[in-house]
Amino acid sequence: MRKSRTLDLGTGSFVLLGFAALFFLTTQTTSRGITLASPPHYDLTAKFDNIGDLKVGAPVSMSGVEMGRVTKITFDSKEYKAVVTLRIDARYNQIPTDSDAAIYTQGLLGGKFIGLTAGGADTYLKDKDEIDFTQSAFVLENLIGQVLANFAKSAGQSDSDKSKANAPAVAQPKATEKTK
Amino acid sequence: MKLIQELWSSLTEALVGLGAVMRFLLRLVAVAPRALLRVDLISQQVYNAGALSLVIIMLSGLFVGMVLGLQGFQLLQRFGSEEALGTAATIGLVKELGPVVTALLFAGRAGTALASELGLMRATDQLSAMEMMAVDPIRRVVVPRFLGGVIAMPLLAAIFSVIGIYGAQLVGVQIMGVDSGSFWSQMRGAVGLRDINEGIVKSCIFGVACSLIAVYEGYYAEPTAEGVGRATTRTVVTSAVFILFLDYLLTAAFL
Repeated sequence: MRKSRTLDLGTGSFVLLGFAALFFLTTQTTSRGITLASPPHYDLTAKFDNIGDLKVGAPVSMSGVEMGRVTKITFDSKEYKAVVTLRIDARYNQIPTDSDAAIYTQGLLGGKFIGLTAGGADTYLKDKDEIDFTQSAFVLENLIGQVLANFAKSAGQSDSDKSKANAPAVAQPKATEKTK
Repeated sequence: MKLIQELWSSLTEALVGLGAVMRFLLRLVAVAPRALLRVDLISQQVYNAGALSLVIIMLSGLFVGMVLGLQGFQLLQRFGSEEALGTAATIGLVKELGPVVTALLFAGRAGTALASELGLMRATDQLSAMEMMAVDPIRRVVVPRFLGGVIAMPLLAAIFSVIGIYGAQLVGVQIMGVDSGSFWSQMRGAVGLRDINEGIVKSCIFGVACSLIAVYEGYYAEPTAEGVGRATTRTVVTSAVFILFLDYLLTAAFL
């Protein structure tokens, strides 16, 4: 009446496929992920005052070319800074030691990524090295706060000096912070 | 006056139908533990309802995912946040499109097959013959089909979602040039186990609804060629309406 073996094989493969799909959904699309083996690479760390909403897995690029990923974000409770581990592809092993790392935003509302800018040193960063020069994430709220503060200041001055009151309040761009 | 009377009678008719379906469900559930012992019967129905629906589910999942990738990309590009495509596509697929579209396809592919099979058994007196032989047709024929559908549906929905995510990835990353790391990392950041659970619960409930409607319509089909045809049509129509209605309720419940 029924071809038992082929039928069982079909049912078994179907159920296996279904559970594999469920497993994929729970592990690969959520933050409880299990990462699979990665190609040759080396790790760098960088300390930031503020990483904004930088996430694990965000790209690391230099001159717009992707070189690696953020693999770990931890907190240094002595310096009160975020420690970001960058996994760089082994092909890009000539990053000068005085390079600087900054957190940028992709597009207007996009996620954060780390942009490296090459320095001029002759020596190159190796595995487990730290990038000394970092620049924190651009936090929109801080900028808005600054603009408002400037605006309030210029509004306060407007009684004495009306010509200056109309000048637009310009936020100062954040200077590069040196962590060492 | 006549209109009101007709409306009233169709309303009571619908209520009677709903009550009968619920009674049928209770009957199935009462027999289910004993029917579970016949694993071979159930696994055959999992094969019929699940493995045989695999091709249509996978193809549809791929195309739905690709369309999501295109549409999502076009929309997100306006806000300069194409990287959120992974999140948008995954949440859309896992929570809504996966369970709903799979259930609609399941009703069309497996539900109709169930209804027409049972209807034909009824029309050709096979069910009565079983009763004559003191074999409970509900236990021997109906419950394995029902359980097979209930087991197959969540698995099909999960497969649909995964294929759909890869479809969205294909269009978004390979064709439109979204960064693949951002695609996956933003998705992992934004999608929680809660979202996955919502999809699983939805697909389980849709599985029960679809299979129940199909076996009910088939079992109580009028024993004529015309009656079997009507039962098959009604299966698809009722299932579709119920899936969308239940989907609204479940989404509201999960918010």
